[in-house]
Amino acid sequence: MTYISNITRSQGDPNVLRSGPSSLAATDRLGRLLGWFSIGLGLVELLAPRRVTRTLGMEGNENLIRAYGAREISSGVLSLLVEKQVGLWSRVAGDGLDAATLITAFRADNRKRDNVGLALAMVLGITLLDLISAQTVTSRHSRQRGSPQQYQDRSGFPQGIEKARGAAKDFKASTRTYSGAT
Amino acid sequence: MRALVWHGKEDIRCDTVSDPAIEDPRDAIVKVTSCAICGSDLHLFHNFIPAMLSGDIMGHEMMGEVVEVGSGVNGHLKKGDRIVVPFTIICGECEQCKRGNFSVCETTNRKKYLADKVFGHTTAGLFGYTHLTGGYPGGQAEYVRVPFADRTQIKVPNSLTDEQVLFLGDIFPTGWQAAVQCDIESTDTVAIWGCGPVGQMAIRSAILLGAKQVVAIDHIPERLGMAEAGGATTINFDEESVIERLNDLTAGKGPEKCIDAVGLESHVMFSKPDTVYDRAKQVMMMENDRPHVLREMIYVCRPAGVISIPGVYSGLIDKIPMGQAMNKGLTWRMGQTHVNRWTDDLLRRIEEGQIDPSFVITHTAALEDGPEMYKVFRDKQESCIKVVLKP
Repeated sequence: MTYISNITRSQGDPNVLRSGPSSLAATDRLGRLLGWFSIGLGLVELLAPRRVTRTLGMEGNENLIRAYGAREISSGVLSLLVEKQVGLWSRVAGDGLDAATLITAFRADNRKRDNVGLALAMVLGITLLDLISAQTVTSRHSRQRGSPQQYQDRSGFPQGIEKARGAAKDFKASTRTYSGAT
Repeated sequence: MRALVWHGKEDIRCDTVSDPAIEDPRDAIVKVTSCAICGSDLHLFHNFIPAMLSGDIMGHEMMGEVVEVGSGVNGHLKKGDRIVVPFTIICGECEQCKRGNFSVCETTNRKKYLADKVFGHTTAGLFGYTHLTGGYPGGQAEYVRVPFADRTQIKVPNSLTDEQVLFLGDIFPTGWQAAVQCDIESTDTVAIWGCGPVGQMAIRSAILLGAKQVVAIDHIPERLGMAEAGGATTINFDEESVIERLNDLTAGKGPEKCIDAVGLESHVMFSKPDTVYDRAKQVMMMENDRPHVLREMIYVCRPAGVISIPGVYSGLIDKIPMGQAMNKGLTWRMGQTHVNRWTDDLLRRIEEGQIDPSFVITHTAALEDGPEMYKVFRDKQESCIKVVLKP
């Protein structure tokens, strides 16, 4: 991407030669990946619910799968936002819902019991990733780090506030005309 | 050289890039000695303002030493001069520059065709602030090319430190212009939303210009503490109603002058449903900005009052109560800062000791720590209010 945009730059503008450390930590990137995964899975659930229910032996639950698809997509979108913590925690909650739903289908009379078991194992694995991601991203981006300063001594007025009050009262620059030379 | 480079949403890297070169006779190359992260850089960090390209160098608050000048600078600058670089690039010759409307210089936006389409008419070129304003490489770097350098500079004396003069390039004149636009009188209450760096400068400016009462609104305790230190009465919107308190402080009449130092990223709170509505519309790309502060200002401002907007807005906003604004006869004043219009006067005030803008600096770091400092500043960690970087 940078290579392509470099082509558009004028001759005197610097081009990137070597990339350095980023403001995005590995956990932020993991959060993004999970967000995109959520959107992908949500689209499958929303657009092909019958295929999902057939695979899991849960025929008749297509509307539930569609609803889960919509939930996945909204969690995914939220995970890609600046406020990604909300999305990642909503994914963790969604994982719980998915696991609970799969457990109800993990019955002896379900011919697709093996598929349900596999799906359950995958959900548990993803839950672990979601938990790690949500927790680390939350702690990395939360404001409560160290004891807050009060800055009560930072008036910005070396001669004191009382002397500063109205010190520029004589300033009469019009906001409409300008007489200064450039 | 090293520079902080935009690679996408929340992805700023300290990259090695090629050195800038003189392109035009009016150019100069400046070795940056200090630069800062501005609140409006966060709008780019969050990708809320369009037309950034991967590989763009960030930063529009910088100063340093002139190391090379083009042949057309005509003695206005020479090697070794110490200058602050204003974030608005100006030609000094067009009709708007002659009127002092430097932020809408007609000449310096080298991507005028884009700005003409988007804004209707072009505005000035800006450093490190999207290709809509020229796509000029910014100053969070070891070196920066300054176009139109004969005009786009503020010479500063060696008797003052970098920290004292750096903010002449943006946040100090921005807060000052916000207050000057209010035409402050000695009977006025000036309410200022947002106690970030520009809000802090607006508070000090309103005090200097003689406001009877300055009220600062935020919810970060350390920012409110700094606002109080500067002479403001504070309102923590997490703890009390902004409207009720402002009315209480003004005998029920509302503040005469209101300043929006927040801009497009108003805080989202479930207790204020309009902020959730705005965020949802923003996510769906149905609205660019979150104008909660504007709505609150229009509602609480005293009839015939002034609304001054230094906070950055990028595009379309929704549910603005124009009926309230029109019927109350409010005057709106806004815009990017005409930096050089104010800097001679402000530099004199710093030299005379009326004000020392360095009070706002809470963090100083090396350029290579810049990516992490963007995060610290954005997340308001470690009581961070203003970051200065030393390349």
